[in-house]
Amino acid sequence: MLPDALLDPVILARIQFAANITFHILFPTISIAMGWVLLFFKLRFNSTGDAKWMEAYGFWVKIFALTFALGVVSGITMSFQFGTNWPGFMNTVGNIAGPLLAYEVLTAFFLEATFLGIMLFGQKKVSNRMHTLATVLVAGGTTLSAFWIIVLNSWMQTPTGFEMINGQAHVTSWFEVVFNPSMPYRLTHMLIASGLTVAFLIAGVSAYRWLKGQRIPSVLSALKTGVVLAAALIPLQIFVGDMHGLNTLKHQPAKIAAVEGIWHTEHGAPLMLFALPNEETRSNDYAIGIPKVASLILTHDINGEIKGLNEFAEHPPVAKVFWAFRIMAGVGMLMLLASWLAVWQIRRQGEPTPLVSKLLIAMTFSGWVATVAGWYVTEIGRQPWLVQGVLKTADAASHVPGGMILSTLIMYLALYVFLLISYISVVFYLAKKAGAAEQENQ
Amino acid sequence: MLNTIDLAYWLPVIFAALMVISMFAYVILDGYDLGVGILLEFEKDTQEKDKMIASIGPFWDANETWLVLGVGLLLVAFPLAHGVILGALYLPVALMLLGLILRGVAFDFRVKAKAHHQAMWNTLFFAGSLLAAVSQGVMLGRYITGFAPGWGAWGFALLVGASLAAAYALLGAGWLMMKSTGPLQQRAVRWAQGSLWLAALATILVSIATPWISPRVFALWFSMPNIVLLAPVPIFTAALFAVIAYALPKLAARQQQGNDNFCWLPFAATVGIVVLAFFGLVYSIFPHLVIDQLTIWQAASSPEALLIMLFGAALVLPTIIGYTIYSYRVFWGKASELSYQ
Repeated sequence: MLPDALLDPVILARIQFAANITFHILFPTISIAMGWVLLFFKLRFNSTGDAKWMEAYGFWVKIFALTFALGVVSGITMSFQFGTNWPGFMNTVGNIAGPLLAYEVLTAFFLEATFLGIMLFGQKKVSNRMHTLATVLVAGGTTLSAFWIIVLNSWMQTPTGFEMINGQAHVTSWFEVVFNPSMPYRLTHMLIASGLTVAFLIAGVSAYRWLKGQRIPSVLSALKTGVVLAAALIPLQIFVGDMHGLNTLKHQPAKIAAVEGIWHTEHGAPLMLFALPNEETRSNDYAIGIPKVASLILTHDINGEIKGLNEFAEHPPVAKVFWAFRIMAGVGMLMLLASWLAVWQIRRQGEPTPLVSKLLIAMTFSGWVATVAGWYVTEIGRQPWLVQGVLKTADAASHVPGGMILSTLIMYLALYVFLLISYISVVFYLAKKAGAAEQENQ
Repeated sequence: MLNTIDLAYWLPVIFAALMVISMFAYVILDGYDLGVGILLEFEKDTQEKDKMIASIGPFWDANETWLVLGVGLLLVAFPLAHGVILGALYLPVALMLLGLILRGVAFDFRVKAKAHHQAMWNTLFFAGSLLAAVSQGVMLGRYITGFAPGWGAWGFALLVGASLAAAYALLGAGWLMMKSTGPLQQRAVRWAQGSLWLAALATILVSIATPWISPRVFALWFSMPNIVLLAPVPIFTAALFAVIAYALPKLAARQQQGNDNFCWLPFAATVGIVVLAFFGLVYSIFPHLVIDQLTIWQAASSPEALLIMLFGAALVLPTIIGYTIYSYRVFWGKASELSYQ
């Protein structure tokens, strides 16, 4: 027999949802920004007539299609799991979450799915102008999708514009629901994250092709597009991330206290570089910090006050949030260094050196790591709430037996590992195959 | 005059209707492409397999969106029922999702993977399609019996599962008859003949078993004057089956001489059968969402929430239908090889 803790339905439902959302987010993160990069390739081709841009479009649209398919099928899983695993969610806040999800399906989902067919397979069947328009609609659709989902997620973090009647949320102002206090920061942060993920994916795969001897203009142009986009977006992301942090400090101070690993309210709190937060002793083991810097960053005052975790009756699990944040920020710093180094080197020599190519290849999926880590900070950081101050995660869980959740969890995990390996190998296989096709043509 | 009481009555009715419409659109649209997936295993020639996939390539994604809309409407318009229904269907839902995930990705992976992996992705595409179809039928079977426990109810659900797979195969064969030529079209006629008898047998068994298992449905259908008023439903269904059975050999003979006039007839007749089945189902269940347990009014969201969604739906649905028709027109006629150029 399995120990009871292993069969706790709430814990299992959370692990299952975490697994699904982690797997799902990988793909929209790519497809949101890649739609726009494809449009950029297409518009460059339309204006210059240079075939290399269409070659780049042709290569990346295949990966886009693959990514899109994985995003769609894993997203369908999520829409069912609201009901199977979290019935309390819709029962309590259905009047708000419902219309937002409905608007996503109606305004965005059909649009993307329908015009994707034309974008992928319709190039010879419709005019060039119509094909460009299909690309615009698909890119716009994915972004609109992201908008509605982020609106809902932000509302769950910083709910406004509603009143509770008999345990159910009723809207008092849709404007306040949609433009809730954290929405603009979260949306911008996510869209830039998507841009960075795509920039490093394109740069990494193009560097791989370049290193494997595919020294053709379309590969070099895609590579340059990737590194320039990354170099331009990363400082912007650091700036937006900082603003997002300030917003979180204002509305979800317990999350920030966990991010910074601050147990007691402090003036001039240090920025922890390393620590093992210990919930038993309610302090950090092996802490290494830079004095006063956390206060400086968060309050823009060297002796500013930051509330400690002890001030809150309930707070998120500290170590997970603390480390997820450090992984996100650490990868962000690597992104800054790698992209600026690559831009500087390619500008000087016109093409990437083997060393820079290898660096970019190593960073191919860095965007995924940072996005997932950031997502954990924001989602685990909201615990024990599902909707901040309104609904606890445990109260939304279903009464499905733990054994059933466990068996489907194992099924999903096996499937996700298999698909992830397949996805990454196919991306690199396509890169290799594209080279073989080029050599045949010459 | 519309006041809030009328809205509280009518909005759930409207949303139930919208849900039925999107489920219907789903069964027809994803039904044919799941059917093509099921038939894929019966085609041995790799190039012909490619043609089969090419016929659904531009559409499968948008087709599946109707499921998201249907379940989405259940989720957003009837949150109470959503939890009850999907909680009770936990296992078949998980298996359906597994099937949909496998076929969705296999579709894309099969053309991009290494040559020696293609056979594996083809098999996964078939297995995923079959699993999704059977699980959907099992969900329907469980739903009709009000999630009754016991082997009998589960046996019935499996029977509905097999029926739905046969019906999808029939839709898929009908689709292929319209979208293909030559040997593939010939085989599509044969597949339709095979699945037709399975689908007819399954329809009869389900029609007998449903009133047998549910006293409520029995009372609805077999009381005066309903029994007379509803008689056209089984009669027309039988007639449509007969039309297909009659048309298929004729089509096979004509096709040999290079003439495939009326190749759309089996598909259209199958759509007619699905319409009648939907009517029968909705008539049996309405106004309940969970038989004998929960009505649409008990499960509905607040009128304000429904109203704002209705506003969006009224504005957007015609646009969706418009560009869906446009997309089908772009890829009208016999399917050609899929290419990204």
